[in-house]
Amino acid sequence: MVTNASSPGRRGLFDFLVQRVSAVILALFALCVGGWFAVNPGAGHSELAGYLGTPVMLAFASLAVASLIAHTWIGMWMIGTDYLRPHYFGRVARGVRLACQVGVGLVLMAYGAWAITVIWRIA
Amino acid sequence: MQVSVYRFNPDQDESPRMQDLDVDLPPDRDMMVLDLLEMLKAKDPSLSYRRSCREGVCGSDGMNMNGRNGLACITPLSEVVKRDRLELRPLPGLPVIRDLVVDLTQFYKQYERVKPYLINDSPPPDQERLQSPEEREKLDGLYECILCACCTTSCPSFWWNPDKFVGPAGLLQAYRFLADSRDTGTAERLADLEDPFSVFRCRGIMNCVSVCPRDLNPTRAIGKIKSMMVTRGT
Repeated sequence: MVTNASSPGRRGLFDFLVQRVSAVILALFALCVGGWFAVNPGAGHSELAGYLGTPVMLAFASLAVASLIAHTWIGMWMIGTDYLRPHYFGRVARGVRLACQVGVGLVLMAYGAWAITVIWRIA
Repeated sequence: MQVSVYRFNPDQDESPRMQDLDVDLPPDRDMMVLDLLEMLKAKDPSLSYRRSCREGVCGSDGMNMNGRNGLACITPLSEVVKRDRLELRPLPGLPVIRDLVVDLTQFYKQYERVKPYLINDSPPPDQERLQSPEEREKLDGLYECILCACCTTSCPSFWWNPDKFVGPAGLLQAYRFLADSRDTGTAERLADLEDPFSVFRCRGIMNCVSVCPRDLNPTRAIGKIKSMMVTRGT
């Protein structure tokens, strides 16, 4: 039995919208950065830092990091509730899922903190 | 042709097994899988499966034929037999009662959850609640479902969360009443489905569309339910 207790928003509609909006933000960010590399083929670190260091791109990069964290958290929760079930793990399924969710949360927090330091170093 | 049939009698067997049988088919004509099962049952009366109308209307003989769900009575052997071999299994994801007969309780529980009946508290008119032809047309592609369970039991999201995800058949019926101009329970119906599992567990895999013997499209209906929720919830 899977419960809703650890659902990020506890509401399917909220999670659904966060997944879609964060996916669009990530796609746009990837297009912006990928497009920049496409039109600046020989660019190095200093040129990239100059591009990402503008206020608009700093805000966009911060938004992309937040989107990545939200998207991954909800996505991993869904994967956990699909696969980490008593059918495969028996009585310890709930503990396994909780441990995985805590692990995902810690990794995401670490990556988020690291990304913020990188972004602020550019700023 | 070789036929491999899933056999399980809980009164006698500890675990299920596949029974291999060689069958001589008439060379000059195609036949339906149900006809083949009737031939097998004539030889071995203990073989169990559900059947009734034998023309794709009652939805009784849903089963898995060479890995694909469908109705045995309207599936020609020429369509499913591969390399002169046919494997017949019960619908996946549900408890087996015996051989090809599954326990559909969970499927019907999910169907019951969507309140598959008209909700309208206004006093009924003298004769009937009328619909315009355009309003009636919105129910096409929805009301034809025969509840054979082929779609729901081919859906991985249902296999994983059968107690929480309504499944394609139930959601098709949910939208059938959401789309009905005579129904006034829209807010109540959508609120009942708004949790993370009931409808949002649909991943758009579209196995349901692929196997529906009536060529219905539950994935499109589910998409419309989500659109209604987004429109009303934002």
